[in-house]
Amino acid sequence: MNFDFNDEQREIKSTAREFLAARFGPEKVRELAESGSPYDEGIWAEMCELGWPGIAIASEYGGQGLGAVELVILQEELGYACAPTPFIANAYAGAVVQAAGSDEQRSRWLPGIASGEQQGAAELTNDGGAIVGAAEGARILVLAEGDGARLVEPEAATLERLDLIDTTRAYYRVQAEGGESLPGDIAAPVDTGMVALAAELVGIAQRAMEMAVDYAKEREQFGRAIGAYQAVSHRCAQMLYDTEEARSLTYYAAWCADAEPESLPLAASMAKARASDAAAAVTHNALQVFGGIGFTWEHDLHFLLKRAKVGGQMLGTARQHRDRVADLSGLGEPVPAPA
Amino acid sequence: MDLTLTPEEQAFRDELRAWLEENHPGPAPRGGDQEQFEFEREWQRTLHAAGWAGVSWPKEYGGRGATLIEQAIFGEELARAKAPRPANVLGLVMGGPVVIAHGTEEQKERFLEPILSAEEIWCQGFSEPESGSDLASLKTKAVADNGGWRITGQKVWTTFAHEAKWCMLVARTDPDVPKHKGLTYFLMDMELDEVEVRPLRQITGEAEFNELFISNAYVPDENVVGGVGNGWMVAITTLMNERAGLGATAALGLRRTLDELIELARERGLADDPVVRDRLARLRIGIEALRLGAMRALTATMKIGVPGPEGSISKLQWADINQAMTEFAVEVGGSEALKSDSLWAYRFLRSRANSIEGGTSDVLKNIVAERVLGLPKLR
Repeated sequence: MNFDFNDEQREIKSTAREFLAARFGPEKVRELAESGSPYDEGIWAEMCELGWPGIAIASEYGGQGLGAVELVILQEELGYACAPTPFIANAYAGAVVQAAGSDEQRSRWLPGIASGEQQGAAELTNDGGAIVGAAEGARILVLAEGDGARLVEPEAATLERLDLIDTTRAYYRVQAEGGESLPGDIAAPVDTGMVALAAELVGIAQRAMEMAVDYAKEREQFGRAIGAYQAVSHRCAQMLYDTEEARSLTYYAAWCADAEPESLPLAASMAKARASDAAAAVTHNALQVFGGIGFTWEHDLHFLLKRAKVGGQMLGTARQHRDRVADLSGLGEPVPAPA
Repeated sequence: MDLTLTPEEQAFRDELRAWLEENHPGPAPRGGDQEQFEFEREWQRTLHAAGWAGVSWPKEYGGRGATLIEQAIFGEELARAKAPRPANVLGLVMGGPVVIAHGTEEQKERFLEPILSAEEIWCQGFSEPESGSDLASLKTKAVADNGGWRITGQKVWTTFAHEAKWCMLVARTDPDVPKHKGLTYFLMDMELDEVEVRPLRQITGEAEFNELFISNAYVPDENVVGGVGNGWMVAITTLMNERAGLGATAALGLRRTLDELIELARERGLADDPVVRDRLARLRIGIEALRLGAMRALTATMKIGVPGPEGSISKLQWADINQAMTEFAVEVGGSEALKSDSLWAYRFLRSRANSIEGGTSDVLKNIVAERVLGLPKLR
């Protein structure tokens, strides 16, 4: 038993941390988030150079042929950097097409998704019309259809840009009839998508915790650093508790996706439930540590707080996932994954 | 990342599982009385005869030399089989490892085998009425006397004191140096007339713990462990042993209890109640997070010698979950579960101590804040 990354995975993680830190400093994230058009094409092209969009797509379609663990490593770092990119929309679409598409559909769409040149975007949630990240730049949309999915070209759909509180990503409401059904089962890639989103939430929580802890070491009130007061330090300890729980569950679920698929449904819902709650709680607690300054637009924390809340609701809320956990723990009949 | 067991780990588990099936003595009698203790002593003899008593101990001292992962498997399998605990748990988990780490050859020769065989039971004399979390402030004093030490003071929360032959006792040998430096670790004979044991009745009605009143008890020099003045360092080893590997075993124990609670919810017609389902799922997720965090910590410990940040929260997680679970269980179980002789009522009451015993949750959060997050100390 070895519950840790291997050397190659550690390399992916440190490369991603460095790459993203150099490109998505706080000023850049702010600039993109406030521009109304959050994706920087130059940086996306660099990410494509590195092969990130195809990390978990088979090499026969131009991907790197790696697994959910590697996808989760990137996604956690993207969350940590609060990076505005179409990455998750594209990766999630790729996972669904790869698992459920026909040979013809795979050959047609996966190379573009893997290279990032012809992005895909998949439905992240559905309340009164599908909500999709990055639909405008996408070449193909993956929308839900009963228990399965269908492919719709953006020209055949009505896209309405949604002004959500998280402006580090572009969200669209999509209305479209028809399209082309995917013949396969989408349960596993949907679960993998949840795990990727959970990983992003872990990264967000980690970043918010580090910001708050750094501040608590420096900010002085009543003559000493506020981090010396237990009301503050215990709040920070709780942030670590929440973040590490979410991280353990997320890494495990990613490993299940690659190595033990029969355990994936329960593991994925546990990870998404815990990570959704953890990211919301940690960003909230971080704001409390910062006090008034954390409530200002000028401070960077709100980008994390908002992304945590929106991400927490995509691909099922914590409550919906706990409902599924209850079913899968023997409290009722298994139900399909929440969408 | 590979969460499956290696062939060696699997062989270890299979051998243990088969042995347990063959040798499981059935459930221990409840009530914390002599009958239960003798049952547990007999169980430890059975474990020892088959070489399962000191799994973590090196082979040269009569142990099995198991890796950390194998130790976790051992704990999990015993929890899975609902096996009784061995009678001399403090000797096995703390006393033996301390003697192995800090003892002289003579001490190893003298003390280790009777720990494994449960012939000599061990107890721990650390806490005092005025020294709980602030252990280093303890006042029990030891005065040099004729090739040994005279010890006087009061200890509290001493489990197994009335069964014990040896007490791991920390006392102040030098009152004139800073508090952590004047302490010494002794092995005190519990059969001395100068040691009085008084049971301490707890909120469950049982008396698992005792108070010790020590008046001028003699301990010879050869029963000092780790040298005079090194008591704090030696004591810290035992506390670390107490916490190591707790997570994986604890998670399995919690899973067993949760399964019973799910069954109870079903019997009470609450399995479809959305609030009940949400609470049960929360518990299920918390237990899984504890199990996985413990596995990550074990991997880190094997690789780099210390657990990562995830290991520092295991005890907090366990206490939180067990308290929340038993609290909820008495609610699900209705007034039946609140009867004095109900197992759920017992578990509810007993778990109130979980956030105190073995390091309070409050102090553990201080430790996480200071040592893991690097926040400044208030003191």
